[in-house]
Amino acid sequence: MREFTSTARGVAWRSIHLTVTNPAFLLPAVIFPLIFYIAFAGGLSSVGNVPGFEYPAGYDTFQFGFVLLQASAFGGVFSGFGIAADFERGFARRYFLAAAHREAILVGYWLGALGRATLTAGLLTIVALVTGMRPLSSPLQGVELALLAALVCTAAMLFACGVAMRLKTVQAGPAMQMPVFLALFLAPVFVPLNLVAGWVHSVASVNPITALMDGARDLLAGEHVAAGLVYGTAAAMVAVFGIWALRGLRSAERTGA
Amino acid sequence: MTRDLARRALLRTMRQPANIIPVLVFPMLLVAINSSGLQAATKLPGFPGDSYLDFAIAVPFVQGGLFAMMNAGTDLATDIESGFMRRLALTPVGGTSLLLGQVAGVVALSFVAAIAYLGIGFIAGVTIASGAAGVVALVVLAVMIGLMFSSIGAFVGLRTGSPQAVQGFFPLFFVFLFLSSANIPRDLMQQEWFKTIATINPVSYLVEGVRSLVITGWDPSALWPAVAVLLVGIAAGGFAASRAMRGSLVRT
Amino acid sequence: MSSSSPGIEVDDLQRSFKDVLAVDGISFAIEPGEIFGFLGPNGAGKSTTVLMLTTLLPPSGGRASVAGFDVSRQGAEVRRHIGAALQEAALDPLLTGREHMRLQAALQALPKATRGARADELLERVGLTDAADRRVGGYSGGMKRRLDLALALVHEPEILFLDEPTTGLDPQSRADLWDEVSRLAREQGVTVFLTTQYLEEADQLADRIAIINQGKIVAEGTPDALKGEIGRPSLEVVPAVAADRDRLAAVLEEFGPPTAAPPGAAAVRLEAGADGLAQVVRRLDAESIGLETFDLHAPTLDDVFLAKTGERMSGDDGVAVAGAAA
Repeated sequence: MREFTSTARGVAWRSIHLTVTNPAFLLPAVIFPLIFYIAFAGGLSSVGNVPGFEYPAGYDTFQFGFVLLQASAFGGVFSGFGIAADFERGFARRYFLAAAHREAILVGYWLGALGRATLTAGLLTIVALVTGMRPLSSPLQGVELALLAALVCTAAMLFACGVAMRLKTVQAGPAMQMPVFLALFLAPVFVPLNLVAGWVHSVASVNPITALMDGARDLLAGEHVAAGLVYGTAAAMVAVFGIWALRGLRSAERTGA
Repeated sequence: MTRDLARRALLRTMRQPANIIPVLVFPMLLVAINSSGLQAATKLPGFPGDSYLDFAIAVPFVQGGLFAMMNAGTDLATDIESGFMRRLALTPVGGTSLLLGQVAGVVALSFVAAIAYLGIGFIAGVTIASGAAGVVALVVLAVMIGLMFSSIGAFVGLRTGSPQAVQGFFPLFFVFLFLSSANIPRDLMQQEWFKTIATINPVSYLVEGVRSLVITGWDPSALWPAVAVLLVGIAAGGFAASRAMRGSLVRT
Repeated sequence: MSSSSPGIEVDDLQRSFKDVLAVDGISFAIEPGEIFGFLGPNGAGKSTTVLMLTTLLPPSGGRASVAGFDVSRQGAEVRRHIGAALQEAALDPLLTGREHMRLQAALQALPKATRGARADELLERVGLTDAADRRVGGYSGGMKRRLDLALALVHEPEILFLDEPTTGLDPQSRADLWDEVSRLAREQGVTVFLTTQYLEEADQLADRIAIINQGKIVAEGTPDALKGEIGRPSLEVVPAVAADRDRLAAVLEEFGPPTAAPPGAAAVRLEAGADGLAQVVRRLDAESIGLETFDLHAPTLDDVFLAKTGERMSGDDGVAVAGAAA
């Protein structure tokens, strides 16, 4: 067990260290969520006045719910980029050779993703609060929101990791990024589901991300949350992509690191 | 010689599906998603028209500029890296003709993309308020946007000589697009600071010019600012890029 | 570290990639504390073998145990007992040398208290103390190899795998690395599995050698035994008086079959090996044949390779020449 945690911490240390010390890695992860937040919460605030749009905490809080999950998810996807780059450049071989338990490598990348997402989401939260966002959550709901964001980050990381471990090239970037991007945008991004029109409404109605986004927004508005649905969905995604990632690890072992 | 270069540039652009597919797919995807997601915004008092699709179809014409910028910049940076630029330096052709030849492929792609956006838009039910002549004007604007952004991209590519540095401009472009009136009319922006940014942001005028042809008809108050931004942009970008081109011809 | 633990045992090991058999049923055994040279040309199957023995690639057939553990079923145990420096050094250009040591120590779960001292000691030993806090992106090829070796030693492995450790290094760096590898084996009893395409390297370093070609082991033994097995030394003599050449040739042929010789010289392969040399000299003296030069060519691993595979391993490896002008 000590061996397992030590390996995981080593892997996590490197991914966080590289993120923090290299602006080229840090900036895209931080800037995109901020742009989204500024453009959506700031630019589209009048959308909150559309008839039928009822959200007590204001449009900026409503958009914060989306951008927070988006930032968390991309914190996870960036881990996938890192894993793919490690395979392409042969660094993964060092991990595979040194780690007695290779699952610890996965856990290490996961901790790295959480660290990165915490950084991004923390900065986003500060910017949002400073620019006037006033969520109505209780402190406990704040913790619940953080947990939800962590689950989203985990699910996205496991998904991207499974892709990276199978394809082992940074060329696979779009294959990790696009599905996550689409899943997020095919949910009610700008208005609640009942106001979404056309084909996106049909897709968003069955998109599991919709439940997560609603959950995040309910928490931000201090309202009752369908906890079973929200956390059940998130946990199910983590479980499914966890199996996907573990099988990806086995596939990487089979074909040689 | 410019024609030969243009032909090479054209072939280079058109033979790489990786250059073409994103130009056609991503902007339309974004419109498709936003036109459903933001359809509700048309119910806001003062929103022009009742179709968010009509309102948003202008965005791809500007967003296409992003790809023109990336492609032109990457092409030229690659030419410097591979030493092709050194070969051109040995020919008697002037810098500006070289530059025009080099960006021809990218500008041609803007033309093709504009036709595609219009075609898909018509199928999805977009109507052009300015009529048939407006369609021609839309294509002309798209080509001018392509020319402006490819000259900016060419400048960056020539100056840095590094395709990676060009890719680094990707987020910057998004900042400009997202902090403009691409998603909502400036009149309906509640946050004064955001409205101010969007008003300073030249990309707003490009979107509004294109948009006016689709939803209002011939509106000089929207059209002229767009044309002015484009002419100034093309002149400045072209000037900077040809200077960078001359520099790179001497240096390498 | 104990030198009583088993070394490496390989039995009919195979690995195929699609329809190509990269390693075709090889078997060998390596004693603890031994330096084992795995010699072969590019693409012979050396690296594939190393990847299998280090648990980075599952075998397609056969079995292998390393430090007493099965590579297919007890990978974690195997990894605890081995260190490896593989062909591409797997270093991160953005991390410093010391940061690499720190990371490796964490990956191998070294006790925290000992990490710093261990890193300092190893960096010192490979001569990277001054460069320790610089990013690896700025290291030379030799520095990267040395850092990679230090990383492989962090957890004091019993068995060390080195896959072509000196390829691309300058002669000085190569000699330094050889010294370090010998020292590890002699002083600390580390078992070393070394692949190389340099005959000289195997000859210098290895206690025992296996030659692999096209996925099969074609020869195995100590360097001297292998050379002795094939390569009787050859003797090339130039007479002092050109007219004596035919008489000289006749005398030499009493000691072995003739081999190719330059014009004016005669050469034979000595049936009795170098031991028969004194007798040759006495016979020539008895025949009163004066000598201009008298050269004994010792057999080389290249001769062994040629004899076993019918092809030369490399063109640039010169023939070692023993003996002196008479």
